[in-house]
Amino acid sequence: MDLTLSPSEQVFRDELREWLAQNHPGEDPPGDDAQFEHRRAWQGKLFEAGYAGFSWPKEYGGRGATLVEQALFGEEMARAKAPPPVNILGMVMGGPVVITHGSDQQKERWLRPILTGEEIWCQGFSEPESGSDLASLKTKAVKSNGEWLVTGQKVWTTYAHKAKWCMLVARTDPDAPKHQGLTYFIMDMEQDAVQVRPLHQITKEPEFNELFMEEARIPDEYVVGGVGNGWAVAITTLMNERAGLGASSAAGVRIALDELKQLAAERGVDDDPVIKQKLAQLTIEVELLRLNSWRGLTQVMKRGVPGPEGSLPKWQWGEINQTLTELAVDILGEEGAYWESRWTYRLLRSRANSIEGGTTEILKNIVAERVLGLPKLR
Amino acid sequence: MNFDFSDDQQAIKRTAKELLAERFKMERVRELAEAGRYDDAAWDELCELGWPGIFIAEEHGGQGLGTVELIILMEELGYALAPLPFLSNAAAGLVLDAAGSDEQKERWLPGIASGEARGTVGIVKDGGEAKLVPDADSAAVILLLGHDGARIVERGEADVERVETMDTTRRYARVQGGDAGEPLEGDRIPGISRAAVAVAAELTGICQRAMEMAVEYARDRKQFGRPIGSYQAVSHRCAQMLLETEGARSASYYAAWCGDAEPETLPLAACMAKAYASDAGWGVCTSALQVHGGIGFTWEHDLHFFLKRAKVDGMLYGSAREHRDAVADLSAPRETAASAA
Repeated sequence: MDLTLSPSEQVFRDELREWLAQNHPGEDPPGDDAQFEHRRAWQGKLFEAGYAGFSWPKEYGGRGATLVEQALFGEEMARAKAPPPVNILGMVMGGPVVITHGSDQQKERWLRPILTGEEIWCQGFSEPESGSDLASLKTKAVKSNGEWLVTGQKVWTTYAHKAKWCMLVARTDPDAPKHQGLTYFIMDMEQDAVQVRPLHQITKEPEFNELFMEEARIPDEYVVGGVGNGWAVAITTLMNERAGLGASSAAGVRIALDELKQLAAERGVDDDPVIKQKLAQLTIEVELLRLNSWRGLTQVMKRGVPGPEGSLPKWQWGEINQTLTELAVDILGEEGAYWESRWTYRLLRSRANSIEGGTTEILKNIVAERVLGLPKLR
Repeated sequence: MNFDFSDDQQAIKRTAKELLAERFKMERVRELAEAGRYDDAAWDELCELGWPGIFIAEEHGGQGLGTVELIILMEELGYALAPLPFLSNAAAGLVLDAAGSDEQKERWLPGIASGEARGTVGIVKDGGEAKLVPDADSAAVILLLGHDGARIVERGEADVERVETMDTTRRYARVQGGDAGEPLEGDRIPGISRAAVAVAAELTGICQRAMEMAVEYARDRKQFGRPIGSYQAVSHRCAQMLLETEGARSASYYAAWCGDAEPETLPLAACMAKAYASDAGWGVCTSALQVHGGIGFTWEHDLHFFLKRAKVDGMLYGSAREHRDAVADLSAPRETAASAA
């Protein structure tokens, strides 16, 4: 057991910390368009410095970073309170899928503009009637004259109105069992047959969109991983999403916890015995999220692939962030009702934490069935 | 960065698990617990193997290994629920090693390392009495830690009165030391911190065992024509047990590593581990009882021995609440800022 960083990891972290201190883009400006442009510029800066998609293999423009370096990157970005680069979905999900399952031609076409931020990617998986039960999705793709015509509806599509490409899973064989009739496409968003409508969430922001497709066209060359293999390809994406999340989310809630402690001190309640106990419990849980993430990372390094226990940090993180913002708003008292309070926003936004990227209930199912070996209900 | 045991440590874990499974089959644990005694033959065997002195320096008759090796044994002792005077003696060794004078160490550590003249630690609160001291009735030496100092007392000089507790897998006593013995003058924090980590590791083993019992039962037991583990009300409860068990494990492994490699972080890490593991021990065991339903509430089922050990472990060397208070003090914003800088 050795929980210290190797000399090269330490150099990596120190250089990154220094670079972030000098190149931090500042907070997001108000307004969606301004925020988008701000994050796009940030992506460009990261790309020039070689930090965009740096977990990708070198031949595709990445740096082939180790898992430890990836975790450190997430920690440092969170620690510096740097905004996410605009093309985060392309870098974390789209690129790795194309690298793993794509043809040479597809890699040539798509990979570089993901890193530079020239072409934004969005994700079309969830549908109004297919949330947790993703494989039941109904959006259909029909082949006609060497291309695919897609009809259906997607939801929770971040940056759909800005995106050039959409990672889309559609049903290509209605007669096959539900997991087998699916195909993974890359769809061009710039066509009239694709309509985007913003979805306002309880925080008022339109962070997500609904996507409507009426015979949208996708060339046959834009199928990734072969017709009928959509489920397996999509799962790679989701595993990738969860694997890297632990360390950076732990660093993120650690920052939030420090802010909460500062708030408690400012309001003079940090010595209140009840608040003190609650703050200590949060301190412990935040630290455990970090430790569980690093311990999980050691297991991934030994085994080579992310395992089902990667579901634990996501579950923990959601609970911690919700408890943390509840305590902050409790400390604020009546001012916690004010719309302008940043904590009030975070209280409301945190309710999505136990839903987005896999609901806590689904994560518990995964743990129960795949880690503990309990029988399936279905 | 490697958050896992080395090959040697893995070997210790494997050997300990196998040996304890052999010596402490559940019928044997039950027999000992119902009689309120320890397995003397097994204790002698472990002493022969050098277990009690695993973390004690070779010059004092130990094996000269670290806190990590100690907690590997502790986790397996918890998993097996072995009725042995191991923890009390280890705690005494840890505190004496940290706070004792050279003379005190030379006098007592060899007996602790060999297991022939055991020690124990009592936390003195109100009225000069330590209320829950494991194995004080059979230890040769008792270390009494109070708010205003610590003393090392031979058992014959102290007023020791056995108490029956809910945990019959371990023997406890109340101890009144008075002015007997001699002061223990060094910094005891590193010692008592390691002792708290040792209990946290034992609790991790208990959590693991109780969870395994619950999962096995949930797979086998059928109601309404299907295994109860297929119902989410039950399976999600089991998933929660895993979350808490793994949390206790991460926390105690990390704190043990701090004990060996990063002593400045040890006090905070130890408080975190003991606070979390104390809650997890009770949480996981009570949840396992609920999964078992009525049978889990019977004396005939083995689960209650784990549940009771977990509850009393939660009180030893500081409760969850006390350790959380310490976490709050040790991680106050000012220090947080300083440690991040």
